[in-house]
Amino acid sequence: MVDTIERSARVAAPGTPGPRKRRRSRGGLLPYLLLAPAVLFELLIHIVPMAVGVFISLLRLTQFYIHDWRHAPFAGASNYRVALNFDHATGKALLHSMWVTLAYTMLVLAISWLFGMAGAVFTQHAFRGRGLIRTAFLIPYALPMFAAVITWNFMLQRDTGAVNHILVDQLHVVHDRPFWLIGQNSFFSLVVVAVWRQWPFAFLIITAGLQSIRSDLYEAAALDGAGVIGQIRYVTLPMLRPVNRVLILVLFLWTFNDFTTPFTLFGKSAPHQADLISIHIYQSSFVTWNFGTGSAMSVLLLGFLLVVTAIYLSAFRRRDDDYA
Amino acid sequence: MRLTRACTAAITATLVAATLAACSSSSKKSDGGSGSTDKPTLTYWASNQGTSLENDKQILQPQLDEFKKQTGITVNVEVVPWSDLLNRILAATTSGKGPDVLNIGNTWSASLQATDAFTQFDDATMAKIGGKDRFLTGSLSATGAEGKAPTAVPLYSLAYGLYYNKKQFAAAGITKPPATWEEMVADGQKLTTNGHWGLSIEGGSVSENIHAAFTLSQQEGGSFFDASGKATFNTPQNVAGIKRYIDLMQTDKITNPSDAEYSKGTEALEDYAAGKTSMVIWQAAAGSLKKLGMNAADIGVVPVPTPEPMPSGGKKVTSIVAGINLAVFKGSKHQDADLQFVKFMTSTPEQQALNKTYGSLPTVSDAYSDPAFKTEAVSTFKSILSDTAAPMPAVAQESQFETLIGTAMNGLFANAATGKTVSESDIGKALDAAQQQLTP
Repeated sequence: MVDTIERSARVAAPGTPGPRKRRRSRGGLLPYLLLAPAVLFELLIHIVPMAVGVFISLLRLTQFYIHDWRHAPFAGASNYRVALNFDHATGKALLHSMWVTLAYTMLVLAISWLFGMAGAVFTQHAFRGRGLIRTAFLIPYALPMFAAVITWNFMLQRDTGAVNHILVDQLHVVHDRPFWLIGQNSFFSLVVVAVWRQWPFAFLIITAGLQSIRSDLYEAAALDGAGVIGQIRYVTLPMLRPVNRVLILVLFLWTFNDFTTPFTLFGKSAPHQADLISIHIYQSSFVTWNFGTGSAMSVLLLGFLLVVTAIYLSAFRRRDDDYA
Repeated sequence: MRLTRACTAAITATLVAATLAACSSSSKKSDGGSGSTDKPTLTYWASNQGTSLENDKQILQPQLDEFKKQTGITVNVEVVPWSDLLNRILAATTSGKGPDVLNIGNTWSASLQATDAFTQFDDATMAKIGGKDRFLTGSLSATGAEGKAPTAVPLYSLAYGLYYNKKQFAAAGITKPPATWEEMVADGQKLTTNGHWGLSIEGGSVSENIHAAFTLSQQEGGSFFDASGKATFNTPQNVAGIKRYIDLMQTDKITNPSDAEYSKGTEALEDYAAGKTSMVIWQAAAGSLKKLGMNAADIGVVPVPTPEPMPSGGKKVTSIVAGINLAVFKGSKHQDADLQFVKFMTSTPEQQALNKTYGSLPTVSDAYSDPAFKTEAVSTFKSILSDTAAPMPAVAQESQFETLIGTAMNGLFANAATGKTVSESDIGKALDAAQQQLTP
């Protein structure tokens, strides 16, 4: 419904500025001047660094040239060949890291959205203490990221951590103290911490989206015999479509590119099982002093995310058209 | 109407110009601090030698005040943790903006030399800081590639030793410290009881792991680079050395599997100081152990043991030539003041004061006149440094070699800790993968 309004606004838009059009074309400097700062900063902040990144990916930029990187020799596509050669250690590690990141992103995205949705629906109708519960839900999102994740790091330590203290010493669920920061479990620790960080954002956005749903729609649904599940299915979810579309895309991109969580949780060298792509690229460029290959990996990542985003948006647009 | 528009345009233009001016003036400001006035202010990046960054600052500040009293030059010190130091240096090298004087791990000297971002200490420069001959030859061996002017001068010298707890050894009926690797393992097994372990290891620390790998590989007669500087990671000797180290946890079981998580560079020593373990292989740590509250009478230190019998071709190497070097950033605008500071930090009184506090060894021979450097522990370390310490490979790829193999060993320790078996072929595969990622 929101979409329909948007679209009708778009249709109406071209007609309105008609009479003014002639006047503007005469002294046309002002709009450009007003736009200039935005364009300038867009160039400075996004376009130029991106172009530099692509340029660096074509160079053999190693320790011998970082001091004067303009003189680094041109490498052509060789950085890309190294990154994409899956028989070679570098390419193999990149591919592994890609799979780990995809699995991580899917899990975090699905669980965060589910929690956010459940939390928002649960607090949709007023009850005593709702404000308190909503605030409590938002705490992980409000905490400084480093402080929060380093606390998880302490909690997850094998001998001195709170998690093992509760699991082993208090509840006796397991006898052998499990490792949470190395080995296979490190992947699940990472997912749990990331969900804990991300879901309040999903909760916040969905809560905001729920405010715009008129209560008479629920009343109408109730009159037609829809229960709670039915109301969620036929009223809440369809009405939240535009919100969810953006939310899922944003969460996907944030989770996929997340650097602070794994870096704070594991330090410089993440365990093999939790080797996310952002950390991996950081290691490939900074730790091995090879900025050319690191940049090539970043450009590949950028390309991948662009393709995913494009497919996602066009899929949604097609489905919206079906609705219309 | 036209006038209004012209006014608006003018205002917009002014705003844009002001924004741009604000940008450029702020960037000018950051340059201004290093302008060549008569008494410049230096920025000094110190590595973390004490028990904490704050502790280092407290130790260094009185010395910097003394320097200001002598020369009028102010030095702002920033203590950089080891986990960040190399990255910070790299970033400074790339941007050309960084400290004036800085500490580097001496094993990075050859790598950093290749970046050409640091002032060379050729004979003329050396003369300005009092000459090359003041320094110990062993310490000078780790200041850059052979045949090139040093890229830094030695500041603190360190070596690895085996620290053991005299009281716990006596209580277990062990009368003398281990002299061979096998004795060390046997003693460790005797001392490993419920909740107490023989030896602690910083198993998740890249630098600790690579230093151990290098030392043990030397004992097996291996090397990671051949004479021409070509990488030779996966050799039976290197594999054997690394296996022997991992086996302390895996088969000898004298090390707590939890140590595979230790990556902060302090935890293994803390366990030893707290009496949770009886031994630890560590660089000269008297200062830290005192600060951690360990009873000085319980602390014993001997050279890291070697296997008996010695593997064929094996060298009696018990430590790397460890230490901290002092480098001057080429981009620094006041080289003379920088060199004055280098001269001050390597002067005899400063060397005595700082090395005494940190428990490290002076790098200039005159400083050993102080009775504090005539103790048993210091003479042990001095003899390790002069007789059985070998410098890490002085090749440009050294810091890559450290991170790649050190990281691989973190993974091997993690596998050993979580109950997977680490075999010789696993180690060989990890070494092959590390070598493939080395940039030529």
